[in-house]
Amino acid sequence: MEQEPLEQYNFDFREDTAQITAGTSDALGIKLGEFAGPLDLLLFLIRQEQANIFDIPVAKITNEYLNYIRLMKSLDIAVAADFLVMAATLIEIKSKMLLPRDPLAPEEEELEDPRKELVDRLLEYEKYKAAAGMLYERTTIEQAVFQRGKIDSDDANEEINASVFDILTVFQKILVRHRDEIKMEIEREEITLADMIKTLKRRIFEEMELNLQTFFEEMQTKRELVTAFIAVLEIIRTESVKLTQKKTFGEIILKAVTNGTGN
Amino acid sequence: MSQLVAIVEALIFVADEPITTKLLAEVLDEDRGAVDAALTELQKEYESRESGLQIREIAGGWQIATRTELHEDVRKFLKTRPSAKLSLASLETLAVIAYKQPVTVPEILEIRGVQSPSAIKTLLEKRLIVTKGHKETVGRPMQYGTSKEFLIQFGLKDLSELPSVEDFEDLAG
Repeated sequence: MEQEPLEQYNFDFREDTAQITAGTSDALGIKLGEFAGPLDLLLFLIRQEQANIFDIPVAKITNEYLNYIRLMKSLDIAVAADFLVMAATLIEIKSKMLLPRDPLAPEEEELEDPRKELVDRLLEYEKYKAAAGMLYERTTIEQAVFQRGKIDSDDANEEINASVFDILTVFQKILVRHRDEIKMEIEREEITLADMIKTLKRRIFEEMELNLQTFFEEMQTKRELVTAFIAVLEIIRTESVKLTQKKTFGEIILKAVTNGTGN
Repeated sequence: MSQLVAIVEALIFVADEPITTKLLAEVLDEDRGAVDAALTELQKEYESRESGLQIREIAGGWQIATRTELHEDVRKFLKTRPSAKLSLASLETLAVIAYKQPVTVPEILEIRGVQSPSAIKTLLEKRLIVTKGHKETVGRPMQYGTSKEFLIQFGLKDLSELPSVEDFEDLAG
């Protein structure tokens, strides 16, 4: 496939682990990896600290998280809003954990750990991160398997069917050209649609094929041009003709279809 | 090789995309059991002579493809390199969609903790996901699911072939 992908690059799940390493003084020596999101960064920081996910050292992790965001900013990396939302969440949890326990609260009532919701989210996220790794492996294996190349009967036919929109495009091109040429319209004998269809039919069946662009260009006035355009649409609908085009945006040819030769 | 096996092989070869057992049976006016037997025989026959090709089941149909082990030589001849892979963000988004389908953008955000507009755009453009109608809830958000192309590109017979997402818990913990 030649088409340029939107958001793609080679990425190896195992090799490209992100790293932030503390350097000397205030500068952080870093090897920036790619974090898929705030949860990904958080997991990385927790793992780097070798902390237990069920007992996250929130103060420490929050500091590191904020450091990382500052770093991204100093490197002019746009920090997605979602990373900031997570920073706020972390600070909130940190402050909740600093609050002393309400002495009036009943003894037996177990206070919910303020970290619980975050931990649940991290665990849930981690499953999908692992699933993404599995998909990565599958696609790598799959890329080592090849099918046969396209054959003629696949949609690789040289003649591409032209649609009404293709005709419209040709029509518009000529209309634009005419706009400058025709300064004034002189009353003349108008050609009727019926006449135009008759002319068109004669042209197609005499020569077996007709280049649409040539036909439209022969028209003298805008009115004739419009009549010709309608005649083309009409003839496609009612007669045994077909529109063909050698390549996309190429010239459109009207062909007469007769029994035996019209594939 | 019986006549039917030979015909089945020919049809799989010319088919543009994986051809289903049902379609083979219809075209050949045979019952599905006979076609299934022919497919099994064909598969065995390829394996027994260590063919460079394989008959495999993918995306609900059958396909003739080269063997994985031969990829280096095949690539050398085709002069291709492995095509660009999806970004980490796109893969994660795809994983959530594959397991949670039909799923809306806010639901994906909840799991990933980050917006994924470009990932969804990429996945739609690569035809790996398709829209699955609106969810009848506030705002009627669009729902997404994986496509047949997804099965093909990830070498899956069907969605049930994906390991259960709960199985990743052990890996993750």
